[in-house]
Amino acid sequence: MIPWGDAMLLSCLDLRFGWDESDVIALSRFEVARGERVFVCGPSGSGKSTLLSLLAGISVPREGHIRVEDTVLSSLPAATRDRFRADHIGYIFQQFNLLPYLGVLDNVLLSCAFSPRREQRAGGHVTARLEAIRLLAALGLDETALHKRRVTELSVGQQQRVAAARALIGSPELIIADEPTSALDTDARDVFLRLLLAECERASSSLVFVSHDMALARHFDRVVKLGARTMQREPA
Amino acid sequence: MMGAIGLALRSLRQRRVAAVLTVITIALSVWLLLGVERLRQDARSSFASTVSGTDLIVGARSGPVNLLLYSVFHLGDATNNVSWQSYKEIAALPEVRWTVPISLGDSHRGFRVMGTTAEFFQRYRYGSDHELVFAQGHVFGDLYDAVIGAQVARQLNYHVGQSLVIAHGFGGMRQMLHADKPFRVAGVLAPTGTPVDASVIVSLQAIEAIHVDWQSGMRLPGQAVSADQARGMDLTPTSITAFLVGLNSRLSSFAVQRAVNEYTQEPLQAILPGVALSQLWGLVGAAEGALRAISAMVVLVGLCGMLTALLTTLNERRREMAILRAVGASARTVFLLLVLEAGLLAMAGIVLGVVLMYITLFVLHGFLAAQLGLNLGLGFPGANEWLLIAAVIAAALFAGCLPAWIAYRRSLADGLQVHL
Repeated sequence: MIPWGDAMLLSCLDLRFGWDESDVIALSRFEVARGERVFVCGPSGSGKSTLLSLLAGISVPREGHIRVEDTVLSSLPAATRDRFRADHIGYIFQQFNLLPYLGVLDNVLLSCAFSPRREQRAGGHVTARLEAIRLLAALGLDETALHKRRVTELSVGQQQRVAAARALIGSPELIIADEPTSALDTDARDVFLRLLLAECERASSSLVFVSHDMALARHFDRVVKLGARTMQREPA
Repeated sequence: MMGAIGLALRSLRQRRVAAVLTVITIALSVWLLLGVERLRQDARSSFASTVSGTDLIVGARSGPVNLLLYSVFHLGDATNNVSWQSYKEIAALPEVRWTVPISLGDSHRGFRVMGTTAEFFQRYRYGSDHELVFAQGHVFGDLYDAVIGAQVARQLNYHVGQSLVIAHGFGGMRQMLHADKPFRVAGVLAPTGTPVDASVIVSLQAIEAIHVDWQSGMRLPGQAVSADQARGMDLTPTSITAFLVGLNSRLSSFAVQRAVNEYTQEPLQAILPGVALSQLWGLVGAAEGALRAISAMVVLVGLCGMLTALLTTLNERRREMAILRAVGASARTVFLLLVLEAGLLAMAGIVLGVVLMYITLFVLHGFLAAQLGLNLGLGFPGANEWLLIAAVIAAALFAGCLPAWIAYRRSLADGLQVHL
């Protein structure tokens, strides 16, 4: 019997993962509570990206277990993990988040296209559009940007807002953000983070936020520092 | 919002210049493939119906293809003649409705001269029951009247009223002319796409008349008979080259054929023109295989063009694949998307190619019918053509599996990380 914490949305136990013999990551315990905001930092090569792709169900650990909600991701076949990701996880990249051939709204609604559950939670096929517009407005995307036909005409800051809206639509339980502010200047970064946190709270989504920028850490409930093959926990 | 097809379509629209060029390449290759197929089929069916409405062709015994070649295509020479007596006897069989005698052996400036009766113009049918039509003039009335085919008229620039002299034999160095009995063009036939186009047609009596003072291919010395003197003579031929037979009922074809083949007075044979024509097509149709192979190769080249277009963009699309994976697309979906793109490109190419083919057919239809008597069908694609279309789609989907496989492997390896 694996001792999962009940209040936890996400629990990882004794994770080991590596492409060859040596482990890229070795985590004895990593947990995220429902609605919790966790800041993950660590030097390059500490396995941040690897952790995120394990959490997203893209790859599975060589050893250990990952549970999100009631699902033990690490024991599922790839196609089921993909479906789980579509239904329960929103992902924001560092940059270049958008499909260049889709408009702003369709980029946001892409999440719903791959997950009927999230479309349902966003209010159904028609209402999901309105929810997308609401999210974009709440995340500070102005009207003129909304009506631009090509997302490539948007600024980096605007693109990240669209990406955040796509991650948030349909209120997935977990939002994973991989250095989403690193391409933004300081002012834009703070505004973006504030709005992102507010929307996560509104959707009751937990947030795992990876960044180098320790100045952002104060906005989070908890900071997790990844080191070479070790992990320390300290309260924020 | 959109399914995989919608995504594939929009992704293609993003790369529309390459996509349009690819579609045009495929369209041209499909155009060629289907065009060759249609031309081939129509040429074959037009060939197979060079003689229609005739139930049997009777000539001296040699071989079916040989008889067909000299009696219908005017190629080569008859080994032997059919005596007028035998002709009369077979024509009198109760199953026989009509007969048209044919007498060959002379020529005019490279075109064969065929002696026959006026009934030839009523009985001879080609294609799907087309009758011979006069572009100018009419059937021969006078003994020294001739009717010429469309090709003869065009190449020699002859019109009604033109006078012509028939040469004895066909070609050869020592051509001897029947210069003492000149003919006059009484009629010009419309193009048929059959050997009739290259024929000079005169009456059986005329053939007899120009030969009254000849024997064994030589003019009899001191026995010249003038053109007008010949008119007064009995011009019933002693023999003919072959004759066409129409029966009261098709069902008796084999019975009459057997009767002719077993005719005791003279070694004769009767052939079913349709059967002999398809035998002959088997001999001349080798080129069609080559033509088909070439057009199939062109389609392969077109698909290779598509493959190039898809493969070259694959690298810059790694980001796109990672984004799709992040929102929950499986690696299989990525595979499917790329195969779909190949399929959509091929479909668009096929539709455009088919449209192009019909436009071409429509434009060339009149020209080919007038110049060559070749009737290209404007009908819907037949089973063969649908099969070709399906084969092109299948080949395109198969080709699309290569970039799809690469993208699949890559998106498994890349996951959500793409280091560009």
